[in-house]
Amino acid sequence: MRTLLVWMAGCCILAGLSPLALANGWNMPVGVTDLSREIFSLHMTIFWICVAIGVVVFGVMFYSLFRFRRSRGAKADNFHEHTTVEVLWTAIPLLILVGMAVPATATLVQMYDASDAELDVMITGQQWRWRYEYLGEDVAFTSNLSTPRAQVRGEEARGEHYLLEVDEPLVLPTDRKVRFLMTSDDVLHSWWVPDLAVKQDTIPGFINENWVNISEPGIYRGQCAELCGINHGFMPVVVHAMEGEEFDDWLAERKEAAAEEALGVDRDWELDELMERGEAVYSSICASCHQPEGQGAPPAFPSLAGNERLIGDVEWHVQTIINGVSGTAMPSFRNTLNPVEIAAVATFTRNAWGNDTGDVVQPSDVAEQLAQ
Amino acid sequence: MSHRDHGATDSHKLGVRRTVVRSVAALIGMFAFAFALVPLYDVFCQVTGINGKVDNTAQAIIHEGVDDSRYVTVQFITRGSSGLPWRLEVETRQVRVHPGQTSEINFTFRNQSAEASRARAVPSVSPSRASRHLRKVSCFCFDEQHLEAGERLELPLVFQLARDLPPDVNTVTLVYTLYPVTDARAPRRAQVTAGKGDEA
Amino acid sequence: MAPKLPPQPPLEHSSAATAGGAAAHHAPPRGMLRWLLTTNHKEIGSLYLIFSLIMFFIGGIFAMVVRAELFQPGLQLVNPDFFNQMTTMHGLIMVFGAVMPGFVGLANWMVPLQIGAPDMALPRLNNFSFWLLPIAFLLLLSTLLMPGGGPDFGWTFYAPLSTTYAPPSTTFFILSLHMAGISSILGAINIIATILNLRAPGMRLMDMPLFVWTWLITAFLLIAVMPVLAGVITMMLMDINFGTSFFNAAGGGDPVLFQHLFWFFGHPEVYIMILPAFGIVSAIIPTFARKPLFGYASMVYATASIALLSFLVWAHHMFAVGLPLVAELFFMYTTMLIAVPTGVKVFNWITTLFRGSISFEPPMLFALAFVVLFTIGGFSGLMLAIAPADFQYHDTYFVVAHFHYVLVPGAVFAIMAGVYYWLPKWTGHYPNVRLSQWHFWLSVIGVNLTFFPMHFSGLAGMPRRIPDYALQFADFNLVSSLGAFLFGASQLVFVAVVVLCVRGGEKAPAKAWDGAEDLEWSVPSPAPLHTFDTPPTFSPHVH
Repeated sequence: MRTLLVWMAGCCILAGLSPLALANGWNMPVGVTDLSREIFSLHMTIFWICVAIGVVVFGVMFYSLFRFRRSRGAKADNFHEHTTVEVLWTAIPLLILVGMAVPATATLVQMYDASDAELDVMITGQQWRWRYEYLGEDVAFTSNLSTPRAQVRGEEARGEHYLLEVDEPLVLPTDRKVRFLMTSDDVLHSWWVPDLAVKQDTIPGFINENWVNISEPGIYRGQCAELCGINHGFMPVVVHAMEGEEFDDWLAERKEAAAEEALGVDRDWELDELMERGEAVYSSICASCHQPEGQGAPPAFPSLAGNERLIGDVEWHVQTIINGVSGTAMPSFRNTLNPVEIAAVATFTRNAWGNDTGDVVQPSDVAEQLAQ
Repeated sequence: MSHRDHGATDSHKLGVRRTVVRSVAALIGMFAFAFALVPLYDVFCQVTGINGKVDNTAQAIIHEGVDDSRYVTVQFITRGSSGLPWRLEVETRQVRVHPGQTSEINFTFRNQSAEASRARAVPSVSPSRASRHLRKVSCFCFDEQHLEAGERLELPLVFQLARDLPPDVNTVTLVYTLYPVTDARAPRRAQVTAGKGDEA
Repeated sequence: MAPKLPPQPPLEHSSAATAGGAAAHHAPPRGMLRWLLTTNHKEIGSLYLIFSLIMFFIGGIFAMVVRAELFQPGLQLVNPDFFNQMTTMHGLIMVFGAVMPGFVGLANWMVPLQIGAPDMALPRLNNFSFWLLPIAFLLLLSTLLMPGGGPDFGWTFYAPLSTTYAPPSTTFFILSLHMAGISSILGAINIIATILNLRAPGMRLMDMPLFVWTWLITAFLLIAVMPVLAGVITMMLMDINFGTSFFNAAGGGDPVLFQHLFWFFGHPEVYIMILPAFGIVSAIIPTFARKPLFGYASMVYATASIALLSFLVWAHHMFAVGLPLVAELFFMYTTMLIAVPTGVKVFNWITTLFRGSISFEPPMLFALAFVVLFTIGGFSGLMLAIAPADFQYHDTYFVVAHFHYVLVPGAVFAIMAGVYYWLPKWTGHYPNVRLSQWHFWLSVIGVNLTFFPMHFSGLAGMPRRIPDYALQFADFNLVSSLGAFLFGASQLVFVAVVVLCVRGGEKAPAKAWDGAEDLEWSVPSPAPLHTFDTPPTFSPHVH
């Protein structure tokens, strides 16, 4: 039968494609940790076992379809039971499964051993950004999507790392065991970097643990893998892995910068300085919800441009940024932004898009409110 | 009633009735089971340590002697949450203890707003399998806290790590997340609140 | 209530055959009212199938919106919030509105015919279970027009996205799911009562056709897990409206508990959608191989073991939530075990083909495609069962490919195979062969073009449920979208086949397929409105 031949040809093409699937970009990445390599080889082993079973099973099937066609005059047999065969094809798959389970168990046991880490990083999912905190090092920052909205809308050519680029990547040392403590501020998220073979849900109120030991320096990209609301698709993860010494220098630099920023709290800032700084903070933190022109997206995200309550009440405005609004998508920025950043973004939103209040919110005032 | 009863003899009807009664009983049972799973899950989690859930009631100190041969690092992390103008601070980020040793750590709650409010610190432990070896003798997390405007409150956590803590666990992380306690009558609804526009 | 049925058979059913027994009936209600009040299992079966087809198209249109947006990178057609509503509604409607009612429709039509019963055991309840569905789904669809939009948290509605952070319409979503659930539960009770009590004299359980067996087991699964779903959504309702904290960490609840409860329902639910498909394929393959089904008893035991195992595997959907090691291992092993009974089924089907006398009528084409493509879905399922590797597969397009292979060329193809197989019995006409073949080949090509590339995009790192994606996934998505449009369009051919078949076509005899053995082929084609008013004599054949 002609149709049958077409069918078989189709299957051959599919089977022929599978080696091609091993090419880069078609398959799971091998990754840059011992575990990711192990997972990859586990994946390939099982894949080839499935291919082998498939060849046998579909082979017999298509042979039967071809050989025992009525149009070729095949006469039907009447057998319908065979205990030995039935026992065999229950037992053999069972043995194959045991064969798969052994290496899988070994790998899993390793994945669960997060002990003896040299560095602890707390990863917090927030709608729709990641916050990284180097525990005990006084270094913390948020990491936001940096792809311009214009590229999403197609008004600008899309860059090489479209949707997989951030303003500030998570920097990690190579050849050191790093433990992740993972949680969320709002809904479930899932932190995933394929090259590191780490995918872990972040759960509000609960802490999850994972770890990584990267063997090659480089930049590794991933995404949030658990549906977390409107901008779930716009919440990338970028990890920048550096050699140990380079990482130590980076960490020291970050600590210094944080200390310097702390000094900046005490001096008086000019409107222009705050506006410039505030615009940067706004576009990385606020614009994804309140929109680049402050127009918001009601009802979920209120507009800031021309918002009367905001224009009229400085203290309420700053408090809202610090504490967030319970039960809404507006998070607390108490621990996410420093006083300079809060003052800057408050000043910016009070003076941009025709809000023109002329108010200057000083970092020292914010610091006072934070410390009350 | 007409045709459909043609084939249904009395024994059929009885059989059908019996089947229906049993099915309905099974249904009610399964519905109740779903609700029973909620407390069962809590118990199960506490027994097995799934999810880093901790037994949230005071436990007695067990004097089983201190295991001087090993040290375990206990880390403390405190977190705030949106809409709650509180701060929770811990006096030390981490301590090194022997299993069996009893330690006391002070935590400071501060209400930074001009209004009184209530909150609860929700605990979580990592790695989760350590949680059933963690005995809290007293903890601020057992109860919700009420703070007046600007009030400051220092509360202790007294805990002990059991000596049977698995030997490969040498770091235990305790995380406390502050959550506002709202009235049960005021459900929190994201879109509805935000929908009022002027509340930014 | 006006339960009396018309002497004249309705639309596609029967012509003269009923006249005899129906003389005593009063004049029936006409038009809409008659369909509203019918208690006849064949009419209700048709209603279910028509409803299922309509929902298949509505859910399909939502899928087309999703695929159109994903046709190329960037946001072109819809905003991300509406995209989330589309993926959510597509899933809900296909699962609860298309596949489940499709199988219930086939059960309504065929279970009484296959066991020699005059009707379902509880005909009025049957009517009620059906009419709950259109109400439930009108309500569900209407949430799309409510302020804040419809459900946008995925068909798995994980808390707290579906509670604290959900749109205001969520309460209506819960209500509609409750109604659909009650409908399924009542349908299941009815099917169990029918099978256990109304079999033809002499038909033992182990003499029943496999479609009846698989439905009996499915109905037990429904009774076991639909109340759990009802429980979960009731807890959601309370969290949203009454300030409880089942799933809210702030009040001492636990979002992970939601997933445990949901998947305790959800995994058996997956088998609810595939077991009846096994039954249909087990009827069709022997018919067109003209050879008895190989290993009837082992088929029954395999189905029962799959059903039992389905209660022990739920957390394989949750490998990445941070389960303790022992739990990961336990659920990995149980999940791998499912491959054994499933494998037995596939081997049995293939051995049935071996040394048969095979022909390729439209139902057989769909059944054979089912065996091949479902098995491919089974292979990816086995890969997903390996917990360490699942960390890489979880929540990616690899999973999307897996469950669509199991559900589209799996469940949906089986329903279509069943429709082609039984259309001659329902309408008295054979479906047009040429058109059916067109439908088959276009569907097979469309389905593979759509879902095969998803394996690659998932492995390469594309998460599910995103409205826009990085550029390296563009080619895969382009092919998937084209395949989806082809598959969607080719279902119009299916509608044409069904409509033409109802209207006319080659006349079918009582035994429409020469290799068919079960009881339904002993009544005339089209089946009269009332069959087996006196129980048939049943003599077990080969089983």
